[in-house]
Amino acid sequence: MEWLERNVPKLVLAPSFVAILVFVYGFIGWTAWVSLTKSKLMPRYEIDGISQYTRLFASPRWDVAMNNLFIFGALFILLSMVIGLVLAIFLDQKIRSEGVLRTIYLYPMALSLIVTGTAWKWILNPGLGIQEMVRGWGFTGFTFDWLIRPEMAIYTVVIAAIWQASGFVMALFLAGLRSVDTEIIRAAQVDGIPTHRIYSAIIIPTMAPIFLSAFIVLAHLAIKAFDLVIALTNGGPGYATDLPATYMYAMAFSRGDLGQAAASAMIMMMVIFAIVVPYLYSELRPRRDH
Amino acid sequence: MYMKSVLAASTAVMFAAPALAEPTAEVLHWWTSGSEAKSIAVLQEEFKENGGTWTDMPVAGGGGDAAMTALRARVLAGNAPSAVQLKGPAIQEWYEETGLADISAVAEENGWADVLPAQIADHMKCEGQWCAAPVNVHRVNWIWGNKQILDENGIEMPSTWEEFNAAADKLQEAGITPLAHGGQAWQDATVFETVVLGLGGPEFYKAALVDLDQEALKSDTMKEVFDEMRVLRGYVDDNFSGRDWNLATAMVMNGEAAFQIMGDWAKGEFLAAGKQPGTDFVCAPTPGEGFLYNVDSFAFFNVDGDDKQQGQALLAELIMGPNFQKVFNMNKGSIPARTDVPLDDFDDCAKASNEDMQADSEDGSLLPSFAHGMALRGAQAGAITDVVTAHFNSEMSSEDAVQQLADAVAASM
Repeated sequence: MEWLERNVPKLVLAPSFVAILVFVYGFIGWTAWVSLTKSKLMPRYEIDGISQYTRLFASPRWDVAMNNLFIFGALFILLSMVIGLVLAIFLDQKIRSEGVLRTIYLYPMALSLIVTGTAWKWILNPGLGIQEMVRGWGFTGFTFDWLIRPEMAIYTVVIAAIWQASGFVMALFLAGLRSVDTEIIRAAQVDGIPTHRIYSAIIIPTMAPIFLSAFIVLAHLAIKAFDLVIALTNGGPGYATDLPATYMYAMAFSRGDLGQAAASAMIMMMVIFAIVVPYLYSELRPRRDH
Repeated sequence: MYMKSVLAASTAVMFAAPALAEPTAEVLHWWTSGSEAKSIAVLQEEFKENGGTWTDMPVAGGGGDAAMTALRARVLAGNAPSAVQLKGPAIQEWYEETGLADISAVAEENGWADVLPAQIADHMKCEGQWCAAPVNVHRVNWIWGNKQILDENGIEMPSTWEEFNAAADKLQEAGITPLAHGGQAWQDATVFETVVLGLGGPEFYKAALVDLDQEALKSDTMKEVFDEMRVLRGYVDDNFSGRDWNLATAMVMNGEAAFQIMGDWAKGEFLAAGKQPGTDFVCAPTPGEGFLYNVDSFAFFNVDGDDKQQGQALLAELIMGPNFQKVFNMNKGSIPARTDVPLDDFDDCAKASNEDMQADSEDGSLLPSFAHGMALRGAQAGAITDVVTAHFNSEMSSEDAVQQLADAVAASM
């Protein structure tokens, strides 16, 4: 009986622990192994060294994919947080029908990225969307053809992704704003401190943990971004909007180049680790003040 | 009641199946769209009429990526399907990975070697033994034109790339989009290979895109090819990004554009819309000589059990049967792989295609298409496609493109 009492938690956790060990970490190890081989159509297991990685870094297409990841990731995370914060502060002004507005802002998050991508593909298409509409109003010189210009196309992906995610960031921040102790704010108001100072000096600093959570959520959305690109540009024009995820998919499933796909997957994982490990470290380290 | 009869029926099947050992086949393919599904149903019917049990395994998804993933999973699990839609060097690639079934007995009995062009027969062999059966031949280097537009502007179908450029300039001045094109990498590659063939000739095409000779890849001829690609880019309208090939065909059909460079599956679109060759649209080989083929075929995997092996033999025989070759290809818009099938019921474009195939087969200018996976393995074809599409969709110079092409091919080996 006593043995059972001591061991029930372990027994209950064991199956899911084993499943995660095998299906997450086991397969990460398997991918790492395959990335060191000359696998093509099917996995092969003779270790060949780092030739897949040298091929990867010599590939102009992978360069484009990594550059796009940094452009897309930086702009998407930064602008989503700024827009989300601004929307949250505006909504926090004790206005009427706040519930309705909040729902409207949050709603894009409920759409699939495929739908977002397809809709924006039409909106941004020079012959159908914004450009054609503005020209129809009489401004015949108006040009907005980012979607078909290789050097600008990645920014259209940023636009669509921000449209999708900023409402969600707003909801996170709004909850954060509401959790700030109203006593402190009242005290500040009594002292005659202007509202923008109250936000910048008191409210936003106390929301630091929420910024961190928003950052982690957005960062992993950026790195795994795949369906949006597929629906919006399908990697094009050319491969100008390729991201590491679409590169990996092309190698693994269209090209029969499993070794190359595994190598790119390992690099993607390292990028994620570079972001997540510091976060986990800051979360899991023992707190001194307890 | 219903439940009971289902149970009874399924028990009966369970007991009956092993006793009869009738031919069975599980066929993995990605012909799921309208005309394609109709075409494969013909084979399915014939198979059943000959006493076989057909298990259909269609995997939707253009280009067969999803089907190849399904195949990989099945092979890794040690349970390969009997027949799989595979083509070109992918057949040999799979042969090297897992081995394929030997169907030489069927091939020799039916004299396949005598009725197939030698180049196409070579694709169906793995180390000398027959391991696959061809169903059709698509010609890739076609140029399609809108008859009405061409007549109104006094333009003949071009026979050199200069003539094409001159015609396109004239059309552009008249306010017509000269070239309908879709913005997908494989479409860029399709146009590219027809230009390589047209400007370089069959010898050069073979050296550059089949043998991957570095000299040829870096040659001045290849620079001219990229120059021509840049010129062609100017003839395409601005909204081509991401457009499917059939939408480009529709532009030619509706008179929004004059030409399209695309394989003969485009003809299927014209015919399906009720257009007639010669009166509504015209077909001609792209400028230059030679014939680029794209052959669909079925490869046979190693399977255990008499019923399954008999099924493979029957399937192979039917696929190469004159009746199936005729009916199937009339549905699909292609021509039979067998050269002895009468073509009386086919349209003029198909007849011309068949004549060229036989003539070019003899003088060595019957060549595999690289853009459609007939000439090269996936990694190499992909590397070339990447360079071609990057050049077509940017301001890259022809010198840079040639250098990148040579580097990409060397890295993909």
